[in-house]
Amino acid sequence: MKWNLKNIEYTGILAPLLSVVLALLVGSVFILMTGSSPLEAYTVLFQQSLGSWDAFALTLQRATPLVFTGLAVAFAFRCGLFNIGAEGQLYMGGLAAVWVGLTFAGLPRFIHIPFAIAAAMLLAGIWGSIPGILKAKLGVHEVINTIMLNFIAYYLTDFLVIGPLHGGRAGPETDRVLETARLARLMPPSRVTTAIFIAIAAAIVVYFILFRTKLGYEIRAVGINPDGAQYGGINVSRNIILAMVISGSLAGLAGAEQVLGLHTRFIQRFSPDLGFMGIAVALLGRNHPFGVLLAALLFGALNAGGAAMDRMTDVPRELIVIIQALIIFFVAADQLIRGILKRRRRAA
Amino acid sequence: MSKRLSVVLVAAMMLVALLSVPALADDVSVSIVFSTGGLGDQSFNDAAYRGLEEAVADFGIDFSFVEPTDVAEMEEHLRAYAQAGYDLVIAVGFQQESALEVVSEDYVNTRFAIIDAVVDNPNVANLLFAEHEGSFLVGILAAMMSETGTVGFVGGIESPVITRFQVGFEQGVAWAEPDVNVIVNYAGSFGDPGRGKELAISQNERGADVIYHASGGTGNGVIEAAAEGGFYAIGVDSDQDHLAEGTVLTSMLKKVDVAVYNLISDLVDGHFEPGIHTFGIANDGVGLSEMRFTRDIIPEEVLAAVEEARTKIAAGELEVADR
Repeated sequence: MKWNLKNIEYTGILAPLLSVVLALLVGSVFILMTGSSPLEAYTVLFQQSLGSWDAFALTLQRATPLVFTGLAVAFAFRCGLFNIGAEGQLYMGGLAAVWVGLTFAGLPRFIHIPFAIAAAMLLAGIWGSIPGILKAKLGVHEVINTIMLNFIAYYLTDFLVIGPLHGGRAGPETDRVLETARLARLMPPSRVTTAIFIAIAAAIVVYFILFRTKLGYEIRAVGINPDGAQYGGINVSRNIILAMVISGSLAGLAGAEQVLGLHTRFIQRFSPDLGFMGIAVALLGRNHPFGVLLAALLFGALNAGGAAMDRMTDVPRELIVIIQALIIFFVAADQLIRGILKRRRRAA
Repeated sequence: MSKRLSVVLVAAMMLVALLSVPALADDVSVSIVFSTGGLGDQSFNDAAYRGLEEAVADFGIDFSFVEPTDVAEMEEHLRAYAQAGYDLVIAVGFQQESALEVVSEDYVNTRFAIIDAVVDNPNVANLLFAEHEGSFLVGILAAMMSETGTVGFVGGIESPVITRFQVGFEQGVAWAEPDVNVIVNYAGSFGDPGRGKELAISQNERGADVIYHASGGTGNGVIEAAAEGGFYAIGVDSDQDHLAEGTVLTSMLKKVDVAVYNLISDLVDGHFEPGIHTFGIANDGVGLSEMRFTRDIIPEEVLAAVEEARTKIAAGELEVADR
């Protein structure tokens, strides 16, 4: 395929952007139906997500875990795998991180944090490898297995947080991880931590693996056409397993970020569906690492602004979910958008 | 009715409304951060909202509230309300304990309150409920209504709060009928009616004919099992008697609405008091429902025994242990 500027401009960035605009337009109809003013609602939405440093910090904080889960889903998708298990992998990652964070006292910060993060990636990677192996060796569909493994992860962590790992507070949560395992906060009082650098680094590394290494080439080849890849001498099952391991460990990073950074503890079912939102982020970001960064930022802004909208206006919170759903709808229906763009181009 | 008359009436009503608002209240503002169950939970959050609504009607205060969808939001909402200058910020539920610890230290001039948890800062009022006292009364009723000599308790998730329900219930049973046996089970969830139903059926098979639940949404399954199996259930938190008329003997009310109303009323009068506030039987913070559908089937002497214990607990003559 020829890479001309126009091509990237129109299909790569303009189409998702147009989806957002369309979603906001349709969303304003719903706002009108609730009897509120769309202008007021969107003003609050914008001001409370990008309108000040504090607001922007909140957006970044919300975006960070979505970068990880978005990358996780996108990476598996590049290999033709639909990883719906990012949520469970995230919890397993959080579990490993909190265990290391609570257990190993006396370690210096620069060892304790990487240790906890590595443990999170390892356990989540193993969790991701299970559906990978089942798919590669037995041909069991990964969608079913990743969903089922989510449930196992929920109830396993429920049990641990209520039972053996339960801390001193009234709620179902562990104690705070040791000081040396907490990620540093960059702009207090906001809870933006150094995890944001890890997120950006992860996107760059994923880009590098996918587009600059032999492994990435093979994974993408399997994703485009497994039979063709096999015929070309690529070991399909090995690549499927590896893709799921890497995907799982990326989701595990989200768990580590939540446990070591945001909450500094493991709270029962702490994730507001981050793993599932990762699917939307990957879709909107066109399964490209840098697209995922932008999409996560957008969803982070919507979440931050949406929470404030609930607090400051009469527009119900559910509206933000509707707008997110509309964005996904318009992205999925991208043929429609492309059609509109094409006609405009022809007219111009 | 003529147009002019209705205008006059409306004007008169508005005047009355204006006069009945104490002058002080104009500048009092209160905000609430609910727990993740949100409004419409038939229990905790709804009760807190009722308290706020009543206070708004009586004192005309400014108010705002938010229904967070996840625990990560709690801190930002508490902070935003404090930042916006609300006189009182109420945190509903122990989920907000750690968030409030941080925020109440950052905003020492804002008054905070938290329900069901203790945050030990000088600007925080902690609203705790003596669930064990109310459960004691439930225990008496259950023990005396049981024909099999066995009663049951279904808890949500084992935690200090739910343990208070259980031990209060057990003490009440022992106080009324020392020979009655109590079966205890925990569902491990506040939102699993299927599990609640299973546990209630199994307790019934083991002889329990009155089952008390302290398990949020899980308890809907307990009540359903009782209605189908022809035994009694006892509700919790809000008045759940109507969920299965005649089957739910009574409900142990946890009057979060009263607590919230009193808190705001104190604030309006300028008497906000930080520290621990306990709502028990003595100040009508917990108690039994009206028993609208079951009063006729409960014998006089049972109600008399409940009333006797209530008076004794209120007077401090009878102490109920909370663990």
